[in-house]
Amino acid sequence: MVVPIAYYLVLSAILFSIGVAAFLIKRNIITVFMAIELMLNAVNLTFVAFAHRWHQVSGQIFVFFVMVVAAAEAAVGLAIIIAVFRTRNTLNVDQVNLMKL
Amino acid sequence: MYLVIFFIFGTFCIAGALNLLLQRHPINSALSLIVVMTSLAVLYLLLGAEFLAAAQVIVYSGAIMVLFTFVIMLLNAGEEERTRGSRAAYIVGFPGAAALLGLLTYIFLSLRAPLGNAQLGGGTLVTTHDLSRVLFRDLLLPFEVTSVLILIAILGAVVLARRES
Repeated sequence: MVVPIAYYLVLSAILFSIGVAAFLIKRNIITVFMAIELMLNAVNLTFVAFAHRWHQVSGQIFVFFVMVVAAAEAAVGLAIIIAVFRTRNTLNVDQVNLMKL
Repeated sequence: MYLVIFFIFGTFCIAGALNLLLQRHPINSALSLIVVMTSLAVLYLLLGAEFLAAAQVIVYSGAIMVLFTFVIMLLNAGEEERTRGSRAAYIVGFPGAAALLGLLTYIFLSLRAPLGNAQLGGGTLVTTHDLSRVLFRDLLLPFEVTSVLILIAILGAVVLARRES
């Protein structure tokens, strides 16, 4: 039994929508950041599915670069979260509404 | 058999993502995100991307999520409290995400026949050998630029998280 490519794309759409909902609803800044990672993963699944469909390596190369940039982004983002927590003493995004630390 | 494996791990993915959305404690969300990422690695294997499956486990569920759990424990993050902003997000967020999901699902399922099926075997497996040939020959400059990017990210993280004296 083979799996239609459309199923992979639908699964990725479901994951992306859950990521969007979590990004909008969650109030904890770390969880909001995790929702971004979830959306990146959903898009990666789309890339891999299309790379498989058209027998292209470049789709997988793209996923590789997304992973690398996501790792860099996670490091910088979590450092910013630590800096914000140190000055504001809160992780709630509603109370972090000034760019000034 | 591939369909069965796809449905099992696809269910794991969706269950983990929903758990991320519904849990109020960030550490629970982080652990369910690890479930999502590891199940996605299995799906990558089903699509014949063996290097990316390994990289997904090592980079995402290994490095990035360890960093997340480390920060959660470091900051001693408790349960999130509900505020006024969250009610507005409830009103806009759920219908917006549902509309997005409905639109995308409709488009993908209506394109089901031209998109075809995922088939393993018959030269569809992209080996690490194929991947590295493209990465280190055709895309050498972007690869080197990303290593500089990671170096800058490390320096930025150190500077941002440093305690001001």
